[in-house]
Amino acid sequence: MITFMNNSDSEEEPCNERTSLMSAESPPVPSYQDGLQASEAGEAQAHRKRRTGSSRSPNNVADGDTSDLGVPVRESALENEEEELTLKYGAKHVIMLFVPVTLCMIVVVATIKSVRFYTEKNGQLIYTPFSEDTPSVGQRLLNSVLNTIIMISVIVVMTVFLVLLYKYRCYKFIHGWLILSSLMLLFLFTYIYLGEVLKTYNVAMDYPTLILVIWNFGAVGMICIHWKGPLQLQQAYLIMISALMALVFIKYLPEWSAWVILGAISVYDLMAVLCPKGPLRMLVETAQERNEPIFPALIYSSAMIWTVGMAKPETAARGPSQQTWDAAEDGRENHRSPSHADCQVSETRSPVPTHPITSFEELEEEERGVKLGLGDFIFYSVLVGKAAATASGDWNTTLACFVAILIGLCLTLLLLAVFKKALPALPISITFGLIFYFSTDNLVRPFMDTLASHQLYI
Amino acid sequence: AFFWLVSLLLASLIWFVSVHLSDREDAKLQHGLLIFGAAVSVLLQEVFRFAYFKLLKKADEGLATISEDGRSPISLRQMAYVSGLSFGIISGVFSVINILADSIGPGIVGIHGDSPYYFITSAFLTMALVLLHTFWGVIFFDACEKRRYWCLGLVVGSHLLTSGLTFLNPWYEASLVPIFLITLCTGLWAFFTAGGSFRNILKCLSCK
Repeated sequence: MITFMNNSDSEEEPCNERTSLMSAESPPVPSYQDGLQASEAGEAQAHRKRRTGSSRSPNNVADGDTSDLGVPVRESALENEEEELTLKYGAKHVIMLFVPVTLCMIVVVATIKSVRFYTEKNGQLIYTPFSEDTPSVGQRLLNSVLNTIIMISVIVVMTVFLVLLYKYRCYKFIHGWLILSSLMLLFLFTYIYLGEVLKTYNVAMDYPTLILVIWNFGAVGMICIHWKGPLQLQQAYLIMISALMALVFIKYLPEWSAWVILGAISVYDLMAVLCPKGPLRMLVETAQERNEPIFPALIYSSAMIWTVGMAKPETAARGPSQQTWDAAEDGRENHRSPSHADCQVSETRSPVPTHPITSFEELEEEERGVKLGLGDFIFYSVLVGKAAATASGDWNTTLACFVAILIGLCLTLLLLAVFKKALPALPISITFGLIFYFSTDNLVRPFMDTLASHQLYI
Repeated sequence: AFFWLVSLLLASLIWFVSVHLSDREDAKLQHGLLIFGAAVSVLLQEVFRFAYFKLLKKADEGLATISEDGRSPISLRQMAYVSGLSFGIISGVFSVINILADSIGPGIVGIHGDSPYYFITSAFLTMALVLLHTFWGVIFFDACEKRRYWCLGLVVGSHLLTSGLTFLNPWYEASLVPIFLITLCTGLWAFFTAGGSFRNILKCLSCK
């Protein structure tokens, strides 16, 4: 789609599919290790133990029963350790994901509250053709529902297209598509954003400086995201592009459509990841079957990964195995493959002297990270940003939505630790967020305002 | 924080419904309803604090069973402190952030005859409230643990008292001073409940 309308562009379509695709969470690396080492009875034992241990998730009961396959039981020490590790790292992962989600939201809210541009209505995307300027409520509702249907169907079509491409191994096409879309995001949207921020603060910047800044920012971003780079820089770039994308959505989606779209997309996410024929589930399963990581430009990973800077004695030994791995993968990004190459490499490296192994093991433990799709970041930020933009200038609503989303994320990660497979990260958080937004805006706000005007505290 | 928010939601739902069902014009009635709403909110907060205590207790048991030495890595006291602190933070933030946002903007405080000390007293009150919530959290959890129900009643009572005292604003002498006294007393009580003593303070000060 090349027709343009007010800064909406062909960027949108890859970004739409990117967002919908990335509502899936791929499971943490432990599942790879588990698959390599153990029987499923270990997990069944773990589930049963967890059920008796904590009564937080009643799902465990059904889970434990259905996953019991009657395979010979492992030693309890090993299970205990595994469980404890999972829960310990589970708590760590929650924190590791809280920080980037919070940062993304802070950036979006700060921009919305200070830069006027993103709250002005300057037209709509071509994906939401129906306007909401109609006088009657029914008409407006109908328009927003129609907008939602169009948007969701675009997302579905894009996702299915991507999955088909992935299945038929058209990697070059996918890479080209992703590179083009991140190019657009990193350069065009950053330029617009920078322009608006400078306008708001009335700061002058000449074109040569601007070109230099944006060129550097964009080029380093492309390298970091699609190739190798320090983990923190890559995470920072992913957060920034999620924030930019969320700002675009907040600006160009009309109000009611935005809320209906948020609701619809969490339902879609639930279905796409959990249904057996769902596109996202098929994508994750295909990636797992082929033992490949999912595209790095679409997923935020909280784990430590091998980077160029981590040249240690191991790399020499790793070199040959990694090269064969890379050759087999047709030139995919190296910085993801090591996380899977490790599994194979560790088995072949046992005769190697102790020093590399200990540091390798410790790094291996740190590998167990959690991956969250960028679409999740984007939609969380859209929710909080819309709350900040349209809730009558009230900070309480924004805060309430923020807490609700974080709690939803916590619960999702808890379920992830229990189920150990890809789960949709959107539904619980968005549901909580929506409930809290509407209730805080309509119920709590008058209450708190009345209390504050009398300076009463509860 | 989430639990506090849910309690606030329910309380404001009750208030909202009662306001809509009643006469809008009657100022006295509205004021009465506000007091009623505030009291309901306080009670609901304590109920949710109790619910959170139950949840944490179960999680504590779970952590204890799977840990290596049979004890959970986080003691119940730490959990009490964290829970009280988070209740306090969210309560304080909700009370004060709109005021802060307005204080940046152009305006004159108290131009319609209200007190010109609105901002500074709000700040002090919020601070007192945050501290109080933390102390109440510690005492509450300890009381539930040791089943001293009179302690529980005292906590709920002091919360109601504090909230009631704020109704005396803008007569700041009558509201701020007692609230600070209550804060101090509750703080000392929480300190002793958490196992502190004069000896601990001395040891801490002399850095042993």
